[in-house]
Formats: sequence, structure tokens, C-alpha cells
Amino acid sequence: MASAAEQTGSPEQAENPLTAGLERLPVAPTTLVIFGATGDLARRKLLPALYNLAHDGALPERFHLIGVSRKEKENEDYREECEEAIKRFSRRKPDEDVLKGLLDSVKYVPGTFDDPEVYKELKTCLDAFEKEAGEPLNRAFYLSTAPSFFPVIVDQLGESELAHHPDAEVRLIIEKPFGTTLEEARELNRKVLSRFEESQVYRIDHYLGKETVQNMMAFRFANGMFEPLWNRNFIDSVQITAAEDLGIGTRADYYDEAGALRDLIQNHMLQLLCHVAMEPPVSFTAEEVRNEKVKVLKAIPEPTVAEIGEMALRAQYTAGHAGGEDVPGYLQEEGVPEGSKTETYAALRLEVDNWRWAGVPFYLRTGKRLARKVTEIAVTLKPVPHLAFSQDGSLGVQPNQLVLTLQPNEGVSLRLGAKIPGTRMIIRPVNMEFLYGTAFLSQSPEAYERLITDAMRGDATLFTRNDEVEAQWRICDPIVKAWHPSQEPGPPVATYPAGSQGPAEADGLLREGDRWRAI
Amino acid sequence: MSRIDAVWSEQGTSPDRIEAALRQLLVEVHAEHSDFAPARVLNMIAFVDREWSGEIANRLRGVGRYHASRMVVLSYEPDREQLDARVMIAAEGDPAPGELALLRETVVVDLGDRHMDDLLTIADPLVVTDLPTLLWSPHGHHEIVSELMPLAQAVLLDSVVEPDAREAVDRALELTHEAYVVDLAWLRSTPWRERVAAMFDPTRLRRELCSLSSVTVRHHADSTAAATLLVGWLGSRLDWELGPLAVGDGGRAGTARAGDQEISVKLQTDPQLQVPGLAGVTIETAAGLSLSLDRGPGGLRARLTEPGGEPREWTIPGASRGETGVLGEGIRQALLRDPTYLPALAAARRMLA
Repeated sequence: MASAAEQTGSPEQAENPLTAGLERLPVAPTTLVIFGATGDLARRKLLPALYNLAHDGALPERFHLIGVSRKEKENEDYREECEEAIKRFSRRKPDEDVLKGLLDSVKYVPGTFDDPEVYKELKTCLDAFEKEAGEPLNRAFYLSTAPSFFPVIVDQLGESELAHHPDAEVRLIIEKPFGTTLEEARELNRKVLSRFEESQVYRIDHYLGKETVQNMMAFRFANGMFEPLWNRNFIDSVQITAAEDLGIGTRADYYDEAGALRDLIQNHMLQLLCHVAMEPPVSFTAEEVRNEKVKVLKAIPEPTVAEIGEMALRAQYTAGHAGGEDVPGYLQEEGVPEGSKTETYAALRLEVDNWRWAGVPFYLRTGKRLARKVTEIAVTLKPVPHLAFSQDGSLGVQPNQLVLTLQPNEGVSLRLGAKIPGTRMIIRPVNMEFLYGTAFLSQSPEAYERLITDAMRGDATLFTRNDEVEAQWRICDPIVKAWHPSQEPGPPVATYPAGSQGPAEADGLLREGDRWRAI
Repeated sequence: MSRIDAVWSEQGTSPDRIEAALRQLLVEVHAEHSDFAPARVLNMIAFVDREWSGEIANRLRGVGRYHASRMVVLSYEPDREQLDARVMIAAEGDPAPGELALLRETVVVDLGDRHMDDLLTIADPLVVTDLPTLLWSPHGHHEIVSELMPLAQAVLLDSVVEPDAREAVDRALELTHEAYVVDLAWLRSTPWRERVAAMFDPTRLRRELCSLSSVTVRHHADSTAAATLLVGWLGSRLDWELGPLAVGDGGRAGTARAGDQEISVKLQTDPQLQVPGLAGVTIETAAGLSLSLDRGPGGLRARLTEPGGEPREWTIPGASRGETGVLGEGIRQALLRDPTYLPALAAARRMLA
């Protein structure tokens, strides 16, 4: 067997010959700076993800963490907070020695994000880590703050000359939401790209870090049997559902501003649609995959004001029963403003106007307090053109349906027609099920573990590009505007009882003969 | 604690009765608990000496989620006349609301010398068709591995438990002709290989790979095979000409060659190391760069000295996997393929000539 050195020339010119066969690829030495270091996301997701990477030996050879936040505190106090958060939220019980090793060099920089002194202090810390290492260290700035601070931090990083480094990579990781309207997204993109190159920017959509979403690409592009069917000739409709059985909990402040459309459809669900509808990329590099996704988004027409009533529906849950208990309606939830029109349910009918998908409706729906928690993509095939036997006594000869379940119970189910045992030719639908959990030994890493590693490695495949974000907003922005409280009276807000299948009015979006799948 | 724990046993049984019992138990469990689904990942056949089967059971219990979905334990007791069997179907715990939990099946068959001629026909009905099968014979019995090989796509072995490193490497090489070999000795070197690869990943250090001048591997007294595999990996990736290592006080030593560059190779036993595997590695370059990695609390302790510079030390975090972790990793690796093992093994063989 030829070694990598033989295949690619001398190690000096070639890729690292020692990485062949390794499951875990090297990550360049990096200092990660978390803005919003004491916030909920940092405590619940980012710090536990960093611990688990450390536990698995997956952090860079040299790794440092700096937390930046408004609250005044000492390094030691912040380390204790990190330790507490990791012990509470890590998916595995921390090893004390590993935890100590991770936290030993953690620094904390207090101050407001618009204060240039904060960035001077930050630079001092970054330089000290480099001096100690004796080599330049890559820098990753993770914006885990309220979105209103994104432009402020980006500006300050630029002003303090932290956006570039002559001898190392500097990366900017931005949490969602990336704007709340198309104009805001464009403005934020302009601001970010005035200080950073697009290749430095990693916009997080944590759905893309889920194994389940990545599996969709494997499902489509590693299996020859589906591709010949994957077009308007064989596929009748596509339904994408992201249903939650829980209410808004204590997130009234955020949720009443965002609503279901911006919370899930504008980002996660449009990404799922892209994965269903995209053409096979030439290669699985970041640019090729994202190019194909952008093409899909561009093929979805921007709805006109007149069309919105026919292709979009909003609704709110009312009091009902969930999990065997009485639960309040949205307007009775703590912190929700009186008379709020914010949608807790949104459904859209979209079309992808290209050669492959013309005429195939893509139905998207998401909601809180629905009957069950499920995220799935259901692809319904066209019915058979002719039935050679009577349907008398059959439970309906139904079109084949392929359901990709993302959560819970990730898997694939194919609905087929089968003969009921007996003397007559009577058909009923049966399911052929495949569950990912039954077929693999490994535990899926948390989405943030994968995304943080990819960002530090400079692999942008699972991050959203600027034109992708804007293309997503272009589709949703007219609906956001039409549903804005300032639009009086605006389209009606339908209602649905908590714990139900959603509003009956959602049926109005469907083409004749189509039905929503039971949640 | 298992919520589901379905058990069947029979003395003086036969393979078809065991297989029927497995099917029946699965039907019964599914009828009672529809939120449990049988895992269908990997068959594993372990041929064990009955007197040590408890120890093996303990080791397998520790692998947690890496447990094979169907485990067939052939428990050997030379004088046994009768075929006895136990079938257990268990889940690790309750499923989360709305989710499924996985069932795993264990079949233990007690057998003796009189069954050896029919071993293949005893084991064959007990594995799930179309799933890959991993074969493990932790107490030797090489002839049994050959007997069961038609059922297996992968063989699990541990070169460090063989008393002679050269024989261990020969045995592994022989098995590679028939199946994919998962060698726990190789897996013990994985964190070291990952870290060495990462340390030399920056461009300025990557070019130093052309001019390595010495490699020293410190290892447990019984882990010569693991140390040799680490050097074999480095040599095969960097196109070294490797020659035999001479046995001396506290280890082995010799040289390798990469073009005009001679590389000193040393394997040193570390009496302090209490567990099988590696204790440390030091790599030096002709220009005077030296990199050491050594086991330490919470990870590997790195020490880098660049030409003319002061040594710098730091810890690279990472938790020890322990012996059960290594075994679990071995089971997982049965479903993967590492293209660098065989070249490393062949290189190791040259060093142990």
C-alpha cells in the first residue's frame, strides 16, 4: 500500500501524511473567546461542549478560553461558574483531572461590549497566550450575546485590530438570529463584511450540526435507489413538520418578539427544505454544498402581499390539555403581552420553481403546544396510475410515503401497500421502518461539539453563508411584514387548543386532495 | 438496571432450539413493550474458557453502549458432554418519553470438546444474518478462530497479551489475510497517533517530518507490540526503511532510514506504568527540535523544545479510556476500516525480525 507521502509528494509540500486513517483530524492551536460568556447558551451548550471535546481529546493541542461579559468578576470566579455549568449540563460526568486541565488557563474579561478598554484587555490576554505558546494561535470569536450587540462587537473587534492576524486565522462565529428582517440581515452582513472576510464568518444554525440533518445528505446521495424518484415526475408533495409539545415556558420575552416563523421556519426549516430539494453537489466542500442550497432558496418565489393569505397561516394556542394536564393558552402565559398577535404556529406552502420541483408543493409547519414533539420530512409519491384490482374492502390503496424522522427516534419509514392475508386481494398500508439508533454503536455528539470543532478547523460546510441568510429572509420577509403588529387589522390569527393537531384553518393551505400528516 | 430482562435457558439443548427461543423472546418482549426495539448493528462471537468467563462478562459489561447488538458467548469446558444455553434480552434502561430504547441479546452456550467438530453449525444459527460478525477468542484457541472464521468479517485480538511480540504480530498478519483485524494494541496507540499527527500539523513543523532523527517510545513491559506498532505507523506513513531492532537492557533499539537521514529507534520499558499500553513518546529532528508526550493526570503532558529555544510544557486534555474503554472502542472499530493498520503492522514485523 502506498503511503500518503508517496501519493502526494514530500511531506513538506503535501497534506500531513500522519492524518490518514485518523477519525479525529487535527485542529490548529486556538484561543476561543466567548462574548456573552455568562449567558444561558454558554452555560448550557458551549461550555459543556468544550468539556466533552476535551474529554475526548478533540480540542486543539493548545487551547485557551476567554470569557467576555458585562458582569464584574475575577478569573477564579468565572472558572467556578464554568465548572458548575459543566457539571450540571455535560452529557457525561466530568473527569476531575480533565476538567481542571480545561479550566486552568481560562480567563475572564469583564466589561460592556462597546467599551474599547475591554478589547484592549482582550488583546493583552490573547497576546499573553501566544507568548506563552511561543507561536501564533488562531482566534475564534464566538458571539453568544443578544443580537443587538453583534454589530457593536464586530465594530470593536475591527477598531481594535483583532479582526485579522498576520500569522494566524481569525474566525467569527455568530449565533442566530442573524437579523429579524431582510433589511436587518443585510445591514448586519454589511457590517460584518466591512470588518471580516466572508471566509472568516461562521453563522451558526445548530440544526445543521445535528447528525440527523447530515444524515439526510447521506440518505439522498449515498443511495442510488432514491435519486431516480427524487423529482416532480414521481413526488407529489413534501411536508416538513417541526412540532413541539411544550409551550413557551419562561421565554416569553424572546418568543413574543420572534414568533414561530422567525424562530424556526426562516432558518432551520428552510435549511431542511434545502437538504430535500438541493441538487447533488459536485463535492462536499463548504462552497459546493452552500452553492446548491442557495440555488434552491433562489428558486422559491418571494410571496406577494396578495399571495400571503393563501400560502401562509399563523395561529396561537389556547388553553387545552397537554401531557395529561390542563395548560394555559399563549395569552395566559407569564410575560406575554395582553392581546399579542405573535404566532405560536406557522404553516407555509412554498414552491421550488426549477426543473426538478416545478409544481410540487412544499408544506412547512411548526408550532408550540401541539400533540407531540416530532421533526420530520414526509415525501409523498404520486399514486400508481392504474389499479389492477378492486379496492373493495381495502383500507385505501395509498401513495407510497417516505418519512425521514429527525427527532425523536431518528429514522426512515417507507409506507407500502401490502395484501392482507386471506383469499381476497385486499390492500392496506404497512410501514417498512429503519431506526438509526438500532444500527449504530456510537452516540451522536452534541451539535455544538461538532460546530465548534468545525469552526476551529475552518470547515464552513455546516454554517450558513451570507447569501444563504439573505435568500432565506427574502422568502420570509414579506410574511413577517404582513404579520407585524403594525399591520392593522392584518391577516387573522387562528387558534388551536393546546395539545391538538394545530388549527383547522391550516387545511386551507393544502392543494385539493392533500392532507396534513397526523402529528 | 435493565427494565426489560427476558431470560430463557435449557440444558441439553440444540442450536435450533436456542434460535427459536431467541425469536420467541423477541416477539414476547415486543408484544409487551412496543417502545423497545432490537438493536441490529453487530454480532459478536466470543469463545472463552468457562473458568474465566466471569472476567470476560465483567469486561463486556463495562463497554456500555458499544455492546454488540447480539453477543454469542461460547463458553468452553473440555469435559462437558451436554450443550446448555441461556438467552437474555435486556435494555439498559427506560426509553425517554416518545423515544425508543434498544434491546440487546446475549446468548451463552456451554460446550465441551465433543462439540468442537460441530462448532460452526452451533454458532451459525445464533448470529443475525446480514449483520457483520466480530470474532473474539481472548484465551488463545487459535484453532477455534480458524474454525469460526467463515462466520466473521472481523477478528478482535490484543497483541499485547501474547507473550511474544513477534508471534503476536505474525498472528495478526496471518489473520489479515482472512478478515479485518481489530487489534487492541493498535487502538491503545490511537491517542498517541492523533497527538503526534496534530503536533506536526502546522506547516512549519510538518516539513520537519522529512528530517526526524530519533523516535523513542516508552511502554509497559508487556506492550512491546503496541510500541512497535506506533513506530511502524510513523515509519509506514513517512516511507522509512525499517530494520530489526536489537533486544537490550530495558527494551529494543535499532535504526531506520529515510533517504539520507538515519533515524534512531528505541523502545524502552517503563516500570512505572501499571496498565498495558504506552507511557510516552519522544521524537527528535536533525535540526534539534524535540517533542515529548507523556501520560499525565487529565491528559498528555507535552514538552516541545525548538532549536535554540527554551522547552515549553503544557497539558493536552483528554480522559483515559481505561481497559473497558479500549475494548469498547475495539468493538466499534469492527464496523470501520483503518487503512493505516496493515502497513504499520508490516513495518512492525520488520522491526521484530
